[in-house]
Formats: sequence, structure tokens, C-alpha cells
Amino acid sequence: MLNIIWLALILLSVIIGAVHGTLPLVVAAVTDSAKNAVMLAIGLIGIMAFWLGLMQIAEDAGLVKLLSRLLSPILHFLFPEVPKDHPAIGAMTLNIASNMLGLNNAATPFGLRAMAELEKLNPLPGTATHAMCMFVAINTSSVQLIPATAIALLASGGDPHPTSIIVPTLIATACSTAVGIISAKVFSKVKWFTPHP
Amino acid sequence: MHNFIDNFSDYFFLLFVAGIPLAGYIRKVKVYESFVVGAKGGFEIAIKIIPYLVAIIVAVGMFRAAGGFDILGELLGPVLNKIGFPTELLPLAFMRPFSGSGANGILAEIIQAHGGNSFLSHAAATMMGSTETTFYVIAVYFGAVSIRRTRYAVPAGLLADITGAIMAVVVTRWFFQS
Repeated sequence: MLNIIWLALILLSVIIGAVHGTLPLVVAAVTDSAKNAVMLAIGLIGIMAFWLGLMQIAEDAGLVKLLSRLLSPILHFLFPEVPKDHPAIGAMTLNIASNMLGLNNAATPFGLRAMAELEKLNPLPGTATHAMCMFVAINTSSVQLIPATAIALLASGGDPHPTSIIVPTLIATACSTAVGIISAKVFSKVKWFTPHP
Repeated sequence: MHNFIDNFSDYFFLLFVAGIPLAGYIRKVKVYESFVVGAKGGFEIAIKIIPYLVAIIVAVGMFRAAGGFDILGELLGPVLNKIGFPTELLPLAFMRPFSGSGANGILAEIIQAHGGNSFLSHAAATMMGSTETTFYVIAVYFGAVSIRRTRYAVPAGLLADITGAIMAVVVTRWFFQS
């Protein structure tokens, strides 16, 4: 799927660029974007190290285990193939919790840590497991409780009650997360998506 | 109340930053040493995701520079308008799965053009909160563990995004325009 989307984006850019006379912009975008991508990754190093350090403390203190035990009924339903006391459960719990609280720069390190733990359970390296797809689907469906940036933008645009979008956002987010989880569950049964080594 | 919500994330941020080491200390963890051991992994992960990030960000950057997102909006606008999805929100809905900063820019434009207290701005802000940068998340998360075959992660993520975008319009209409 990514193969097709990626190729389509590149080919369409060139075609649209040629038709609309935006080719010079497309050319410039290649260099700029490649540089931005690396800068983004480099910029992540510090904050990534910081949160992984904190997570190590939380783990050594037994906090991660405690948290995952509390949430284990839900997580067991979502990730039936991940053993209850596996470190992946703790990392996924921290990731989802930080996403809900809007701590985006904490959510990514926890999420990547969780992926690394899930990879240890992967019989087919290079191919995603069901747990990984489910976890990524939850992450891509946004579970943030307070959309802080959007509220700030509304406030600066002159909205007298910018926080009034919180409840609508929660409802819309709940629907999108539900659809993400259900589609991951359903797709896992679809033959077309079954991995073949 | 407003003040609390504005700083909501900051409070939790500090609760994590101060609370975890304190709890660790109480539970007899050598907090400094533990921290350093964990932090070591940060560098490795950040470097590992570079190829995946370059792939996604370059393709999206090219498409945006060519004007592809505007064209998508023009093509699909009339169809979606018929089912009640405002055309003005299409660029946001398309940009959102690809680029968080790009989507934030579009949201700011919509708010500037229509005012903070309008239906369109409310729907756009809600959409921003109910959708995610699906392709970025997929590239980074799978990149960190060198997974190339992502199976149904993309369709599941996109279905969630589409639901979030549609529900943002439906729920906002229901809340602000009855």
C-alpha cells in the first residue's frame, strides 16, 4: 500500500508540476524536504533520549508494570497475542496515556519503544504483526483529550469560547478511534493482508 | 478554567518530569544511573528513522509544491459538497494525514479567513483534533523497527482519519448550528 501511495505522490507531483508550471517548486521541494526530514530526526534525538531515560526510571521503579496491570483488561482485548507481563504492554500504555494528555514529544519515544518490544514478538521481521498494526491504528486515530493547539489558534482568531470545541472533538475522536480499532480487527481476518514469507 | 485548559498539557508534562524520578527515588531506584541507561537508546532510534522520514517527507513535499493538494480539493469538492461536506475544509482534510505543520498552517488560514467564531473554524479546529498525521506516524513507527511491509496499517489509519474528518463536520454542525 505504501509502495503505491509513495510512487503516486512522486509521479503526480511531476505531472501536475509540468501541467501547472510549478516544476521549479517541485525541484526545490526535493532538496528542502530531504534536508527537513533529517533535521526533524536529529531534532528528535534530545527529547527522545530524555523520555526514554524517564521511562527507564519508571520501569526500574516498577511503575510501568503497575500501570499496565491496571489497564491490562483493555490492552488484552486489543492485543491478545502480546503476553500480559510483556514490556511492550507497559510502553504502549505510556504511549497512549501521553497521547491522551497531549504530550506529543513523550508519546513518540514511548511509541517507538513499544514498537521495538513488539518486534521481539515478530516471527517475520520486516513484516508488520497484527499488534503493530493495531497499535499504529490507535496512534493514527488521535486520542488527545484537549486539542491545545487548535484551541490556541481559535482564541487568537477572536473566538470568545475556544474551549467549546473540546466536547465535539472528543466525540469525533472517539468515533475515529473506534473505526481504527474495528478496521484493524476486521482487516486482520482478511486474506489479502495475510503475510506470506 | 480557561487558564487550566491552556496549561493542561504543561501540568501533566511537569507531573511526569518531576513525578517519575521522585517515585523512582522513593522506590529505591538509582534515578540518575537509570536515566542515563535508558536515554542511550534515543540516538539510535532517531538515526534509524531517517530513511523512512526522508521517503515520506520528500514525496509529500513534492506533491505539496506541485499544487497537488489544491487539485485534489478542486476535483473532489463538488462531490463532497453535495453530501454536505464544506469544500473549504477539504485542503485541511487532505493535508492532515501527511503533514502536521502543513495542516496547522491551513487551520490558521481558515480561522483567519472566516473568523474564530464561525462554523467553518469550529469544524476545522475539531477536525484537527480528531485526525492524525497518519503517514508520518506510520513512517516513524515502522521505520524504528525496520518494517517495510506495513500490511493493513495504512488502510486502518486512513479509515480512522476519514471518520474523524466527517465526524468533525457532523458533530460541529450538531453542536453549533441546531
